[in-house]
Amino acid sequence: MTSALLIEQILNGLQFGVMLFLMAAGLTLIFGVMGLINLAHGSLYMVGAFACAVAAAATGSFWIGLVASLAAAAAAGAMIEVTVIRKLYDRDHLDQVLATFALILVFSEGTRWIFGSFPLYLDIPQLLRGVVTLPGGLPYPAYRLAIILAGLAIAIGLYLLISKTRLGMRIRAGESDREMIGALGVDIRTLYTVVFALGAALAGLAGALVGPLQSVQVGMGEPVLILAFVVIVIGGIGSIKGAFIGAILVGLIDTLGRFLLPLLLGIFLDPSQAAGIGAALASMLIYVFMALVLAFRPTGLFAAGN
Amino acid sequence: MQTQLRRETLVNAGLAVLLLAAPVLAVIANEPFYITLATRMAILALAAVGLNFILGLGGLVSFGHAAFFGIGGYAAGILATHAFNQEPLLFGLSGTNQMLAIWLVALVASALVALLIGLVSLRTAGVYFIMITLAFAQMIYYFAISWPAYGGEDGLSIYVRNAFPGVNTLDPMSFFLICYVLLMLFLGVFAVLRDSRFGAALQAARQNPVRLAAVGVDPFRIRLAAFVISGMITGLAGALFADLNRFVSPSMLSWHMSGELIVLIILGGTGRLFGPVAGAMLYIVFEYFLGGITERWQFFLGLILLAVVLFARGGLIGLLAGKVRHD
Amino acid sequence: MTEPLLDISNLCKNFGALKATDNVSLDLRPGEIHALIGPNGAGKSTLIHQIAGTLQPSSGSIRFLGQDIGGLSMPERTQLGLGRTFQISSLALEFSALRNVMLALQARQGTSFRFFKPVMRDSSLTEPAHEILKRVGLDQRAGLPAGELSHGERRQLEIAIALALGSKAFLLDEPMAGMDQEGSKALTRFLDTLRHEAPILLVEHDMDAVFALADRISVLVYGRIIATGTVEQIRRDPEVRRAYLGEEA
Repeated sequence: MTSALLIEQILNGLQFGVMLFLMAAGLTLIFGVMGLINLAHGSLYMVGAFACAVAAAATGSFWIGLVASLAAAAAAGAMIEVTVIRKLYDRDHLDQVLATFALILVFSEGTRWIFGSFPLYLDIPQLLRGVVTLPGGLPYPAYRLAIILAGLAIAIGLYLLISKTRLGMRIRAGESDREMIGALGVDIRTLYTVVFALGAALAGLAGALVGPLQSVQVGMGEPVLILAFVVIVIGGIGSIKGAFIGAILVGLIDTLGRFLLPLLLGIFLDPSQAAGIGAALASMLIYVFMALVLAFRPTGLFAAGN
Repeated sequence: MQTQLRRETLVNAGLAVLLLAAPVLAVIANEPFYITLATRMAILALAAVGLNFILGLGGLVSFGHAAFFGIGGYAAGILATHAFNQEPLLFGLSGTNQMLAIWLVALVASALVALLIGLVSLRTAGVYFIMITLAFAQMIYYFAISWPAYGGEDGLSIYVRNAFPGVNTLDPMSFFLICYVLLMLFLGVFAVLRDSRFGAALQAARQNPVRLAAVGVDPFRIRLAAFVISGMITGLAGALFADLNRFVSPSMLSWHMSGELIVLIILGGTGRLFGPVAGAMLYIVFEYFLGGITERWQFFLGLILLAVVLFARGGLIGLLAGKVRHD
Repeated sequence: MTEPLLDISNLCKNFGALKATDNVSLDLRPGEIHALIGPNGAGKSTLIHQIAGTLQPSSGSIRFLGQDIGGLSMPERTQLGLGRTFQISSLALEFSALRNVMLALQARQGTSFRFFKPVMRDSSLTEPAHEILKRVGLDQRAGLPAGELSHGERRQLEIAIALALGSKAFLLDEPMAGMDQEGSKALTRFLDTLRHEAPILLVEHDMDAVFALADRISVLVYGRIIATGTVEQIRRDPEVRRAYLGEEA
């Protein structure tokens, strides 16, 4: 194992983490502001990926695809918020889990109905197809680097949005006292729809960005959804900062774990055993980490407010 | 209130008879497939009875009950495989293909795992509880997929259905009856526990844990005991499921399975005695009859579920027998 | 024996720079009703929470039945015999009034891990529960879910639960709040008889009830006790008058 390989894996972990952050940020905002568990977030990720693939295939431009993914995911988000989600704000968690689980079924089967079960292809845009040489001589895929940078930019953008704008102020107020801001005359219904659509757009963007790296197919959002929940639980539900740090941690732990564990085990076991058991342990690693965090901090690392 | 109780009892009796009648009719019509369908209903209902205990009575949304379902299944699969291959298992113990022994192992294994998971999870609340139970189930799921010894992703086959003294378990109707009797037995256990002092404390923990603590009962201990009991029942169902299909699949451990169990409960009526039975019957009916009409039946299931959650909160039993009234 | 059941010494609770409880000392003697009054925001609830065990004091001691209860949790204090009612009624709303009381009885006996006998057919629970409900005047409404009881009835139910717990002393946090004239009078009469069973530390705004019931009154202002004495003494105390009337001016 060379240090170059290790650095490459660290960067991959960052890329994974940044993508998880896009998912987790929306989830944690939606829970923090509206108190809603949204299992359908993975479906919005999928919608974004599909929209990008379809638009890119139709126009030949990945960039138009990205815009399409944002628009489609935001629109889908707004639509389900108005029709279904807003009826769930006052309900208990069980109802929210069930209703959004039902939405997963509707989205997944609906997408399968329209597009079939075979994956769509999404190409890396021409501009980013090459390899970038990082300081130190390490070559790294341009596209992945672009994702890391884009993710960081969005994280900064979100931070500015939340802390410096009126919308952000309303969001922060909504997180600490839902009933009060309604009494103060803020239009809650619109605020909630906007927050939900924003979260959806971020998820859709994540789906579109990952599309070229993995395939665009029904169900692609589910493993990511689960991990995003792990991220916000570790980070503390309602905290964007927690979502960011949690996402980077999860991304790094998962990627490095999958890389290092089989290597470590290879020291005392034979290669195929090490690979198998290493993969098993690596998959469990994130959950073990989450359980440990919750054992010591039952509300996550940076739990918001109250 | 008396009439309402009698109405629910009638509905329950009706469901019990219906579930028994279906395979009997199938035998008469010589359509063994429907016996298998009814057996699936009974087993899924049993799995949901377990979850109903902690979710319906205890008010705790466990999104990881598939863990117990899978543990029960793997208990059956592993023991049967070792018996079939004549290989020793652990510490010199050999496998077995006796259902009674397998059920015992499934119950104990599920209880132990539920104890461990509960000790950590029950210290959290709300969303955190939902997520941490999900996480534990995922851990076990990934472990099962990756551990090469017992089939990994491909699952584990049970070549010969396990044995029960005096019964030809290969006969579909006989196996159905075993599952049906177990279902009725555990419905009885559920009812007894629900009406007992323990059940009163558990339901108080759901309604108002602060109040329960204020009268001097620690909600944590009550919930932990309930969680363990709940896991055991679902684990037993898992062992039966493995025997029915003669196959243990890691998908028994997936979060879809956990979600499915929750769906069964809400379809039937959360916390209602026969809720799991009604829910399982409805779900299997959707799966096979809707599924026969269109491959996209899950799309419609999703819509139906949405409708139930938004408009028919009490599930089927709620529709038929009205809201729950405590004495 | 005039050994106080509840003895609070030099209790302090600071929230940062705010002294919510400022060196409070008071006690509760057998057979008495000791009322705690004070303007809004004086810190009465904070004090009750510390005695009940839901809030940790910053310093000072709380002794109950001669034992320091500072390290005990709320359920543990309840088991020792410290009964309380909540300012906002906290009941198992789906359960009937009867079942709420039965739950308390079962808790007192420590028998919550019994799995077999159905509680509704257990006369060792149902009969005493009916008796207690009769004492507080709720027997006619025993079968109703607690959620359907009126505000005043919920208060009565809270007291019934405290009785079922065999409390040796009561902490009542504004039991009259939101009650009508009839209800207040009935509750006042009831509390009058209750004092002989167990002394009561009564936090109340309803001055008619306070002056009718209290053997002693302590006045809490900005976290400090400014006066303790009989009804007459408190009525005439200049500092008390300033605290109340000065506030209104």
